[in-house]
Amino acid sequence: MSSSAAQPFWRAAGMTYITYSNLCASLVRQCLKEPYRSEAVSREKVHFNVSKWVDGKPEKPTIRTDTPE
Amino acid sequence: MLRHGSRSLFNRASATSMRWRRQFSTDLPAETAEDTKFVESWKKMNPNMDPPKTPSAYMKPRPPTPANIPSKLTVNLVLPYDSVLSSKEVDMVIVPATTGQMGVLPGHVATIAELKPGILSVHEGNDVTKYFLSSGFAFVHANSVADIIAIEATPVDRLDPNLVQKGLADFQQKLNTASTDVEKAEAQIGIDVHSALNAALTG
Repeated sequence: MSSSAAQPFWRAAGMTYITYSNLCASLVRQCLKEPYRSEAVSREKVHFNVSKWVDGKPEKPTIRTDTPE
Repeated sequence: MLRHGSRSLFNRASATSMRWRRQFSTDLPAETAEDTKFVESWKKMNPNMDPPKTPSAYMKPRPPTPANIPSKLTVNLVLPYDSVLSSKEVDMVIVPATTGQMGVLPGHVATIAELKPGILSVHEGNDVTKYFLSSGFAFVHANSVADIIAIEATPVDRLDPNLVQKGLADFQQKLNTASTDVEKAEAQIGIDVHSALNAALTG
């Protein structure tokens, strides 16, 4: 229906909406005053591991974590 | 033959189950136009089986536009980790849409608006509460319910002006030194967010 409508600059650069929105949120969190800022930092923590599967076997996973082991 | 058997069982049922049956028929939601076409073509192909329900039969119907404009707007402001406002009755909200500040009054036409980083102001009588939203969406429904979703929403007094100024200067610097499209986009986003924060603090 809509032929290439004018895209926002971040989409033209290859960024998805979720990436854009999360980036805006983390920038706002970094501008908070002290007690709120430390609470906000916990909201940004991420812990996951991704492993690609080849020939039915998982390869070595890449682990991305902010929690200290 | 077995089919007829179950039907006669049903007819033989007593008055109690008749009441039960009546309750069922009122529980069924009205089928939408797509459903009736599907049901008709199903019956043509396969008159012996009951047509399966389609997803729209399970959905709640869209809230109807009430005949009189309600006097208050019901606002829900939700974040991924908290519902800041939950069915709060207010007079007006002003949302920072990408197309500009948009005021929503009770009786507003159903709208979906993408939000840019900016201030959401909630007006209730003479009180105005302001929240800085990081970005998100605002859905206004025909029954004067407004759902505003954002990832971060803070009252303006929790923002630190020094950090905002510093951030703005940093990202302006980054925009000058950026080379790839992604870096430029990130720097531009940084500038947009920090200018909005700045405007929120000084405005």
